Amino acid sequence: MLLLAVTAGLVVLGVCVGSTGWESVWRMRSDPVAQQIVWDIRFPRTLGAWLAGALLGLAGAVAQGLFRNPLADPYLLGSASGAALGGAAAMVFSGTAAIGMEWMQRLGMTGMAFAGAAIAVLLTLTLAQGVQNSLRMLLAGVVVGVVLGAVRDMLELRYPDILQPMKAFGLGSTAFIGWAACLLMVGAWALSALAAWCLSRVLDGLTLGESTAASLGLPLAPMRAGLIAVMALATGTAVAQTGLIAFVGLAAPHLVRSMVNVGHARSTLLSSLMGGVVLLTADILARWVMAPEELPVGVLTALLGGTYLLWLMHRGHAARQGRG
Amino acid sequence: MTLPVMHGATALQARDLFVQIGKQNLLHGVNVQLPAQQWTAIVGPNGAGKSTLLRALAGLHPRKGWQGQVELLGQPLAAWPVKDRARTLSWMGQNEAVSQELCSYDVVMLGRLPHQPWLAPPSAQDHTVVEACLHTTQAWDWRHRPLAELSGGERQRVLLARALAVQAQVLLMDEPLANLDPPHQSEWMDTVKGLVMHGHTVVSVLHELSIALQSDHMVVMQAGAVLHQGATHDVTTHAALETVFDRRIRIRQIEGMWMALPG
Repeated sequence: MLLLAVTAGLVVLGVCVGSTGWESVWRMRSDPVAQQIVWDIRFPRTLGAWLAGALLGLAGAVAQGLFRNPLADPYLLGSASGAALGGAAAMVFSGTAAIGMEWMQRLGMTGMAFAGAAIAVLLTLTLAQGVQNSLRMLLAGVVVGVVLGAVRDMLELRYPDILQPMKAFGLGSTAFIGWAACLLMVGAWALSALAAWCLSRVLDGLTLGESTAASLGLPLAPMRAGLIAVMALATGTAVAQTGLIAFVGLAAPHLVRSMVNVGHARSTLLSSLMGGVVLLTADILARWVMAPEELPVGVLTALLGGTYLLWLMHRGHAARQGRG
Repeated sequence: MTLPVMHGATALQARDLFVQIGKQNLLHGVNVQLPAQQWTAIVGPNGAGKSTLLRALAGLHPRKGWQGQVELLGQPLAAWPVKDRARTLSWMGQNEAVSQELCSYDVVMLGRLPHQPWLAPPSAQDHTVVEACLHTTQAWDWRHRPLAELSGGERQRVLLARALAVQAQVLLMDEPLANLDPPHQSEWMDTVKGLVMHGHTVVSVLHELSIALQSDHMVVMQAGAVLHQGATHDVTTHAALETVFDRRIRIRQIEGMWMALPG
């Protein structure tokens, strides 16, 4: 509830902050330019930042439950490097018109990034020979990440033109989110949140270890596949729209767990809301701190999330020592 | 809860069981018959394949890793509907990585999963059972504390309560006495004997021979095979036990109790 209220407040704030200042909102009724700024740029951007954060928070909670590792994050299965490679390929092809095929251009940067993320996850699963073994999946994810990263580096060396935009993609930005992207993310979020809710029992069971979960009659293999699909969909959609935003997926579930202790059904959804709040806050700060210039939002999430997580860790450690 | 009596029946049976992990053969051609409504102890030196056998009986090995036949209450494991099997057979593993954040009560509630419809909240009966199980293992006092804050023995008692909460007819436990102090070891034994008296079947892998010698039935294993199985008080069982431990233990009766003595 609190998170929802915070969200509403932040959305209003997000609409108000921008390079032309607060006045745009007041002059909106009379001034068509101001209205356009608020309605077509700020509003979708604010909403989009929340949605991307929500997708990453959801994927992060699922990843941490599935791999039973508090350090797991949504980019674990190679989707980040896949998306980056897809984006790089899109830039290369659209830059060199001779090769630039028509369908490629229509698909565009976001489509290619999403396809890259999906292909990377499939590649990881193929290398891991299915979803049976968590450790093998993690290793395969690392390998895929490194290899695709190397391919992207080669592309960047070969076509130095794309270095600058690739850097921006790697840092993540919410500046280019329009209404269409918002709609897409709403769809992906609804789908993956619903699926995660339905499969949360498996995450609960897995907290007891894989053998015990199996003995409790949970059909692990198909549900794990389902959860990975949720993770891939949520991560792929978010990454394709906003680039590689660091740390939201890792930090959001931790923030939720530090506040409440509930089953996975609720903690997954709460992590999602938390991710949205975190990313939107970071986005507003990014626009405001050096206004009218902007910080890349990924830099801010990494800084803020990292600092807060460190503080949480330290506090938890101190509390345990106090009790012991 | 008292279950229908069926003396002389077999709870679990394995025929020509071969288990392979990687290139290593862990069990070669094991045949065992574990009597229903009795407490069976599986004993043997380290690496004899005790836990492997127990996992196989619980159906926890991946399908391509084993050959042979395992039957639960006369029906092949694979023929059991998943949920019925989860209600009939309860598993308690050793050294399983359990999440440290859940509180004890929620951990025990997870044992009720096989009884709950998908995504339904716990019923009043679930809460009653969880409460009773926490009392049985004397873990009620720390029901609200997360596992991270419990000692090894306290955690073990929470996990035992989790296994009991399934209310399964057959309970398989892999080294359930690890981390328990002597009073709680005999407490565990009383719990098991109570379960058996109410018609449950308990199978446990044990390293504590003096506790194992109080069981009804014993399976003695060595190097991936079963050397002997039979009633625990049988002279031949004692002889087999002394053999697998290289005659470095002696089994003697002291004040009416069979004990394993070093020597």
